[in-house]
Amino acid sequence: MILNLQHHITRLIWISIILLVVLFIAFSLGLSIGPTHSGIRSAFSALFATNESDSILYSIVWRIRFPRVLLAAVVGATLSLGGLVFQALLRNPLAEPFILGISGGSAIGAIIGILLGLSRFPGICFTSFLGSLGTLALILVMSTGKSILRKDALLLSGVMVNAFCSAIIMFLVSITQDARLHNIIFWLMGDLSAADLPQVVILGAILIPCFMMVFVFSHAMNLLMMGKDMARTMGLNIKAVTLTLLIVTSFMVSATVSFSGLVGFVGLVIPHLLRLVLGPDHRSLVPACLFGGAAYLVLCDLLARTLPQQGEMPAGVVTALIGAPLFIILLKKSRK
Amino acid sequence: MKSAFAVENLSYAFGTQSVLKNLSFSVPQSDVFIIIGPNGAGKTTLIKLMVGILKIQTGQIEILQAPLGKYSQKRLAKALAYVPQGLPVGFPFTVEETVLLGRAPHQKVLGLASQNDLDIAQQAMAFTEVAHLARRKLDQLSGGEQQRVLIARALCQQPQVILLDEPTASLDLSHQIRIMDLMEKLKAERGVTVVMVSHDVNLAAMYGDRLLLLKDGEIVCLGSPNEVLNFKTLEEAYDCKLLVDISPLGDLPRVTVVPHKFLK
Repeated sequence: MILNLQHHITRLIWISIILLVVLFIAFSLGLSIGPTHSGIRSAFSALFATNESDSILYSIVWRIRFPRVLLAAVVGATLSLGGLVFQALLRNPLAEPFILGISGGSAIGAIIGILLGLSRFPGICFTSFLGSLGTLALILVMSTGKSILRKDALLLSGVMVNAFCSAIIMFLVSITQDARLHNIIFWLMGDLSAADLPQVVILGAILIPCFMMVFVFSHAMNLLMMGKDMARTMGLNIKAVTLTLLIVTSFMVSATVSFSGLVGFVGLVIPHLLRLVLGPDHRSLVPACLFGGAAYLVLCDLLARTLPQQGEMPAGVVTALIGAPLFIILLKKSRK
Repeated sequence: MKSAFAVENLSYAFGTQSVLKNLSFSVPQSDVFIIIGPNGAGKTTLIKLMVGILKIQTGQIEILQAPLGKYSQKRLAKALAYVPQGLPVGFPFTVEETVLLGRAPHQKVLGLASQNDLDIAQQAMAFTEVAHLARRKLDQLSGGEQQRVLIARALCQQPQVILLDEPTASLDLSHQIRIMDLMEKLKAERGVTVVMVSHDVNLAAMYGDRLLLLKDGEIVCLGSPNEVLNFKTLEEAYDCKLLVDISPLGDLPRVTVVPHKFLK
């Protein structure tokens, strides 16, 4: 029997609740674990404290852990959703949020910002954001007219832009020798350590309308799965949908990357994992990717800052270390 | 009789290469209209123009007595459905999910299915005999089953015209007949006009009310199977040796290709 409307909504609510619980657990662990181990209850007491009774823990939670966990959640959600959208637009399981060369552009912007000695916010964030928007504009100009709808043309443009940007990045890295090199490498591997609550709130305010817009287009993405020709004859305005999703997703990924650096594999692994469990309906996958991606990066970032004996490693290292083998397992499973 | 399609002076070119040259014909409502012709004749281009995938360069197409340009995309999707060559390449949905996607032109933005949508999808699956496959994934089905699912999806649009591009290609004999029987049932029971492209002239002879024979973008012949499928027109179109006789099934032409070794 086909699912009826009520079942659709019930399913959506259940998926969201389960993944929200997972996110909440990840969030609690992220808040309570660190060099100063506090326990979940104390961390939450500090988070909701009004009289700043334990001022050290209050400072740690409010100034360090909470903004960082929040940034990890926002970045994870965005990258996971970005991967889902690009996989749908390009009908390619290997698509990820950086496929159109956004990573290259924003990396160049960020490195220039670091080399100029700009502050993290708004300086480097701004140059990185400009860089990624620059690549998006370049891709759109290169794929003008009908070729924007040809996924191969779009994909190849992205690969070429990324390759060109990589050459510039390597050049910039090779001429940098002082401590700024460390900052550049951390940025390239994804760095959530500089999270600051007001900045994360600004980022969230930019992203929430983008998330809502993608959800509105979730059924359009289902129709795209049937191929361009069939989708068009089912009443879908392919050009409007493709362009809107391309611009909205690139914009939200650009905004995120400018705060976090390049965190890889989230956009590849999470949509695949959830598609395997929930099926290909984007009306379920969009909220699932938001919550699932958020939980995944919160946990990966927790490992990134707690696993090393001293200091911490970039979150992107952990997402890749877990993501790559997980992706291979998923591929094997999906073939079965 | 009213026409489902009226095509007038239609020409189309990819760059400088002319693909269709000044075609004019009409398709009566509730007919099975089959477009035949050799490779490169312009059959797929013609059908893509008829469903609005390609934009008209020269000429005019009227669908159900209204110019194609006057249709909004949604309204067009309610009037006609299209089953292209090949299968969807995206991540596979189940059969019931795929069929239900056909309700999109009648739904709001999130495509949430009403009870009416579900009933129509069930009927479409029953009509095309795929109801028992409802929970299976599309890519786990045989070619014939997949084609029937895609036709069920098209029926969900509740169109007055259905257009299919080589729906029997790469199917075995029994599945070819099953698909063609389905087309005839559509016409007989629902009054749907069927327009299809086919390479199989014998299937076209058995099932087509009218045939359009194309070669190099031009009409070689248009009419009933007996008018179109004769020695002269077929040899002109296909440029090979053929035998045309009367089918043992009745007053229908039967076409046999004569291989070179039998010509000695």
